[in-house]
Amino acid sequence: MELLVASAIGILTAAGLYLVLRLRTFPVIMGMSLLTYAVNVFLFASGRLTVGAPPILQKGVETYTDPLPQALVLTAIVISFGMTAVIVMIALGAYLGSDDDHVDDIDEDDTSGTSVQGDRA
Amino acid sequence: MSHWIILPVVLPAILAPFIVLAARYHIGIQRAVSVAGVMSLIVIAAGLAWQASDGTITLYQLSDWAAPFGIVLVADRLSTLMVLLTAVLALFVLLYAIGSGWDNRGRHFHALYQFQLMGIMGAFLTGDLFNLFVFFEVLLIASYGLMIHAGGNVRLRAGVQYVLFNLLGSTLFLFALGSIYAETGTLNMADLAERAQMIGADSTAGIRIAAVLLLLVFAIKAAVVPLHFWLPSSYAEAPAPVAALFAIMTKVGAYAIIRVYTIVFPPDLAVTADLHGALLLPAALVSLAIGMIGVLAARKLDRLVAFAVIGSMGMVMVAISLFTQAGIAAALYYIVHSTLAAGALFLITDLVRAGRDNLDLRAQPPVSGAALTAAMFFVAGIAMVGVPPLSGFVGKLLILDASFGTESVVWVWAIVLGASLISLVGFARAGSTLFWKAESVPYAEGVEPAPHPSGLSYVAVGGLLGLLVLYTVFAGKAHEYMSRTSAQLFAPGPYISKVVNTPGKLTRPKPAKVPNAEDGQGDESSHGTDAAHDDGHTNAEEGH
Repeated sequence: MELLVASAIGILTAAGLYLVLRLRTFPVIMGMSLLTYAVNVFLFASGRLTVGAPPILQKGVETYTDPLPQALVLTAIVISFGMTAVIVMIALGAYLGSDDDHVDDIDEDDTSGTSVQGDRA
Repeated sequence: MSHWIILPVVLPAILAPFIVLAARYHIGIQRAVSVAGVMSLIVIAAGLAWQASDGTITLYQLSDWAAPFGIVLVADRLSTLMVLLTAVLALFVLLYAIGSGWDNRGRHFHALYQFQLMGIMGAFLTGDLFNLFVFFEVLLIASYGLMIHAGGNVRLRAGVQYVLFNLLGSTLFLFALGSIYAETGTLNMADLAERAQMIGADSTAGIRIAAVLLLLVFAIKAAVVPLHFWLPSSYAEAPAPVAALFAIMTKVGAYAIIRVYTIVFPPDLAVTADLHGALLLPAALVSLAIGMIGVLAARKLDRLVAFAVIGSMGMVMVAISLFTQAGIAAALYYIVHSTLAAGALFLITDLVRAGRDNLDLRAQPPVSGAALTAAMFFVAGIAMVGVPPLSGFVGKLLILDASFGTESVVWVWAIVLGASLISLVGFARAGSTLFWKAESVPYAEGVEPAPHPSGLSYVAVGGLLGLLVLYTVFAGKAHEYMSRTSAQLFAPGPYISKVVNTPGKLTRPKPAKVPNAEDGQGDESSHGTDAAHDDGHTNAEEGH
């Protein structure tokens, strides 16, 4: 199971990073979502992998799973969900406004030269 | 238990919904509530700072749950200092936003502003790494709204970059927290500090990775090269008062580095020794150089100021990465200085923008009110570059002095002094183009000069500059306070024992519980009468 979880996190992260580097808003947002899935599973794993064990005290139960990562994951899910909604709205606004979905500065506008080179480097 | 510590978080959290719900269509009421809120924040923050100034560490346990499991807020010298700085900056920025009418160019400026303050205050006060993450998100989500306040395509596109970069940063933060939790089984900073000491020398890989990941996250927030790419375009495109408030946000990253790498991973901790200093110092020196070269290369005033912020963060990081008491004291002195100076510069940028349509650094007809604006730019530029007589110079001297006996002294001196020269040329060129050459360019036919900025705008900028002057005059006292703050940071014993040993709900003896309650439950509750902390340890040990 360790191998399965670890490789799942690895593949999700790799795919997420690849999509983020595409620098168009839709793939980038998809990539961000994959990255947040990866980090959520990673947080679960940080409390050690246990199968079928309850996180809260119960009668007659010997082994428990660590409850704290579950609380952390819950918070992380809520936050990343909200953030994804925000970025979708802002990206949509930027796309509809300028008819261009590139994430980096592509304007020929000379004024933003420094950050363009920075972002491409 | 005194509830004062949580007020800087709770007060904006109450005011913001009030502004949205009750005063939605009344900009006057919004302004009054917002200003009153920030002023009360200053009073509260000053009270907290006064309380902490004698070295007292105040602990606040939310719902009275004890430390490793409960959420705690901790007020010591460092956090109260940052809270006070935030509140003071917020007042002047708010006055400017009102004076210039920025707050009325989009919806919900004041509500977002309060939420932003809530996040910043919380990040400074929390004693728990996961809560630091949560407060980072609170301040970030408010900053996303503020960043695109008043809209416009350019701003929206810069906003997309800003949000995406910070989302990546947040994801990285979660990875760092996950690895720290996997290694130690806790996220409370004081508890973490104790457990980091217990890690054996043969199993350091995990904790070292976690420490570096965390450093990367904070370096993103602090805009340390090579993680600074989000800063120039977002600060330049953000509305001026928002950019001025953002001057404190890079300091949140610096604060987090100081906090975590003096308490959790102190310089003398064997498993992570030499790690952050070795990584951070070169990056800091490069940021300083790149920032100041950017100042010289900038073709617009807002980019110039944004790069000056990167440079000044580089300066702060140079001082921090020495990881000595004198270094941290110098860093703290410089943090206060550069926050005020960067805030003032962003506001002055807006005074120039109000007078003409663009911020290009080329000769154009003078802006209205040019004399006063030029004088203010002159003062703020002197402060930012760090030439005598203002506090930037004092701060830089302190940093040079702190680096004196260390191995890296040659590099630090060469780059700090070289970067100062470059930025001096950059600021002088910008100022002379903007204000002196402008005098020789006549207005085009039929173009009227823009109306003067309002008096309140000048009051706000003047207030920040006045504070800088005061900060210079009382540099001795201020530095003495920073030294004591730094001394407190380098002796984290009282902080740790205060957080870990203060009893809460869990540690009180349970009165009417029958001890032989026939099953595992009873066993657990008898454990509970011991220190909750020990309980945490045994659980974690089982987990391993």
